[in-house]
Amino acid sequence: MSANPAVLQFNGITKRFGKVVANEDVSFELHPGEVIGLLGENGAGKTTLMNVAFGLYRQDAGEILVDGEVCQFSSTAHAISQGIGMVTQHSNVVERHTVLENIMVGLPGRGGRLDHAGTIMLLESLREDYGLWLAPDRLVSSLAVGERQRLDIIRTLVRRARVLILDEPTSVLTPQETEGLFAAISALQSDGVGVIFITHKLAEVRRIAGRVVVLRHGKVTANIENDGALTNEELARLMCGHEPEQVTRHAHKLGAPRLVMKAVQLQSPGGKLQIPAPVNLTIHSGEVVGIAGVSGNGQVELAETLAGMVVAKSGTVKIDDRDVYGSTPKEMQAAGLAYVPEDRIGVGLAGSMSLRENLVLTYADHPRFSNWGWFKLREVERFGNELIKAYDVRPANLDTPVGLFSGGNQQKIIVARELAFGPKVLVIAQPTRGLDVASTNFVHREIMQLRSQGCAVLLISDDLDEVMQLSDRVAVMYENTIVCDLSREKASVEKIGLAMTGAVENGDGIAA
Amino acid sequence: MNILLRPRPSSRLRELTMPFVAVAASLAICSFLILIAGANPLRAFSIMFSAAFGGQFEITETLVRAAPMVLTGLAALVALRAKFWNIGGEGQLLVGAMAAAYIGTLEWWPVALLVPGMLMAAAMAGAILCAVPACLKMYLRVDEVVTTLMLNFIVMFLLAALLSGPWKDPVSGWTDSPDILRAAEFPILIQRTSLHLGVLVALIATIVIGVVMKYSTFGFSIRVTGENPKAAHYAGWRLAHVIILVALLSGALAGLAGAGEVGGVQFQVIGSISAGYGYAGLVVAMLARLSAIGVIPAAIFLAGIGTGADEMSRQTGVPFFIADAVQGISLIAVLIAMTLASHRLVVIRGSKTRSTV
Repeated sequence: MSANPAVLQFNGITKRFGKVVANEDVSFELHPGEVIGLLGENGAGKTTLMNVAFGLYRQDAGEILVDGEVCQFSSTAHAISQGIGMVTQHSNVVERHTVLENIMVGLPGRGGRLDHAGTIMLLESLREDYGLWLAPDRLVSSLAVGERQRLDIIRTLVRRARVLILDEPTSVLTPQETEGLFAAISALQSDGVGVIFITHKLAEVRRIAGRVVVLRHGKVTANIENDGALTNEELARLMCGHEPEQVTRHAHKLGAPRLVMKAVQLQSPGGKLQIPAPVNLTIHSGEVVGIAGVSGNGQVELAETLAGMVVAKSGTVKIDDRDVYGSTPKEMQAAGLAYVPEDRIGVGLAGSMSLRENLVLTYADHPRFSNWGWFKLREVERFGNELIKAYDVRPANLDTPVGLFSGGNQQKIIVARELAFGPKVLVIAQPTRGLDVASTNFVHREIMQLRSQGCAVLLISDDLDEVMQLSDRVAVMYENTIVCDLSREKASVEKIGLAMTGAVENGDGIAA
Repeated sequence: MNILLRPRPSSRLRELTMPFVAVAASLAICSFLILIAGANPLRAFSIMFSAAFGGQFEITETLVRAAPMVLTGLAALVALRAKFWNIGGEGQLLVGAMAAAYIGTLEWWPVALLVPGMLMAAAMAGAILCAVPACLKMYLRVDEVVTTLMLNFIVMFLLAALLSGPWKDPVSGWTDSPDILRAAEFPILIQRTSLHLGVLVALIATIVIGVVMKYSTFGFSIRVTGENPKAAHYAGWRLAHVIILVALLSGALAGLAGAGEVGGVQFQVIGSISAGYGYAGLVVAMLARLSAIGVIPAAIFLAGIGTGADEMSRQTGVPFFIADAVQGISLIAVLIAMTLASHRLVVIRGSKTRSTV
């Protein structure tokens, strides 16, 4: 394969942001028909490098070669014209337009008019070649997350992409959809398209990547052929430079029911008319219940209902036998519930405000921090320093706006704050999304610690491995209700995967 | 070619110098306007400066003019911090003035309570007027930009109706409200100057607002609500409560500005009692970059431009409206400078070594 000229070559790419070096002398090449798995911890510089390749950033040194020729992109449009395509985690689509219209956005058309027929022919050929298909007249708003991703891939292929960059493509997919994506990738591969596949899931890299490139602190630390002998441990070591510790989970006896939801009718997203079936869920003291499911199936509604941010249409919610249905966020906090929302900067933090202020965001009226509506500044300061130390938040500066912290540190900040007063019930959504191995282990240990202290934990995650690793029970959400509630022993990836698609297969009935 | 804004790390120095750069830029642009008007910009500016700050009389005149703008500036600041777009400072000032003038003419009102009564009434009138759009916004989702702005005109014409009807001077026929009582006139702070109680009220209000915004849980709730309403909801504040309280506070501050004009300057309500102070408050708040202490220099700057432009207009023939131009241009300059303080402008050129496929 190395006989072919590289379709995309990074040659000594260096990119700095102020004093921070995001990429340093990065060199590797992508050949036609090759799949490269790009690995690295958070902040290792993967996304920066791909943004350079896609014309969003300009490198400070080094060059990018396309088909052996030096190319300096001025914009993403320029990069696209050179055959580079990128599919990010969140697609930019026009919701109220059809699949076909979304695909035609930015295409040249014919003589100033949109070329419907020609585009459809192109789509048909993609269907034949790679099995990638979406009905052109469907409205984008009706597409599921996996289908939107397919739309993004089709869009890049219609623009004759010869390099396809996929940024964590499987984090939003069911196991079955992931299989479909992998099939499409191998079809593209045999047709000479080069693929760069960014992920945190080591098993996927081992499966589909022909070569693995590992970035650490902005530098390439490994560029190895995947000969089938790579192990997860080896890849993890290459990524973080040392052996990651495993989080141990001890079996223990569950306590009394702590959180009880009976016949709770969640609000449906976007005011859809369809009425979801009611949710029944009990979490005992010292129990972790994991919620699996494709995102957008009511996980956010469930979490926000428990947090008091949204009021369910009907039902009963009890914490330690106290009825809390219809409570406000403040009342839920008082009842002992802590909530770590999945949208850190959008919900959990006030971005331009300081670390100090964000650490007391949910405690402004707590008697430890304020008196008659005035902050006790010294106490706030002491609390902030305690948490910075306990959670190793970096930079350890209480005056830094939280928006400037890395994703991993932002997550630590929210977790530190929400766990500070030993909650009775913890609702934690996507606790480790985008976190590196070390931070992930840290958050997992904290959850296990709370579990051993008798907290009832509702863990919502797109990462099935995480759910399986930490949960005493696994429940699956589909169309705003729980369709399947399995004990740890009975839960298998196949069963859960099926339930995620709505094909209900309940192992031991809906737990009371 | 592609022109982009890239975020850059914040710098204290840049943040502090930025308003001055913006002001300098706006004065430079205005010197072209002065040139067009046929005067020497340097001479015009030096006349403006000495007329605004040249001596004790000039300085106190400027401070008296700055006082209402400090209050409307604080009103705008509090509202903008919560992202409640209160464009209605002008109307709130006017109802404040009307309320103060009404109390100030009451013969039966206890004399000792005349001045406090006027301040209270003005603050309440402004607060109530501003609470209406806030309630409409929070409970009926009516956009507050439109309602606060439109209320200005409603109040303006209400005042005009009052002045040409019930408040019209029966003897002279002037469209001025009756004079307030002698005892209702605001006390003078320093003898032989025009520095009245309203200036002190503005100063105290600045300190109070600065402390409340920074150190109280209420101020915290305002800032979180403005920064990220979802986070405020998550943290446990009720958005409707926060916004309505903000509106009450904002309206009260603007109303106080009206009381100062009635009690300390005009001693009655006239149609032109506010020289656009309500709108100028928005400029003041932006120039101050939403910091309470910054409101004072910002208001003094605009007041100085105002008093200076009067004199310059007399001596050089350049129209007085140059003051409005400086005000408008400095607002735009500050908005641009605020972006440039935290962002870098980059121009990217692509190489054309490859032809388009």
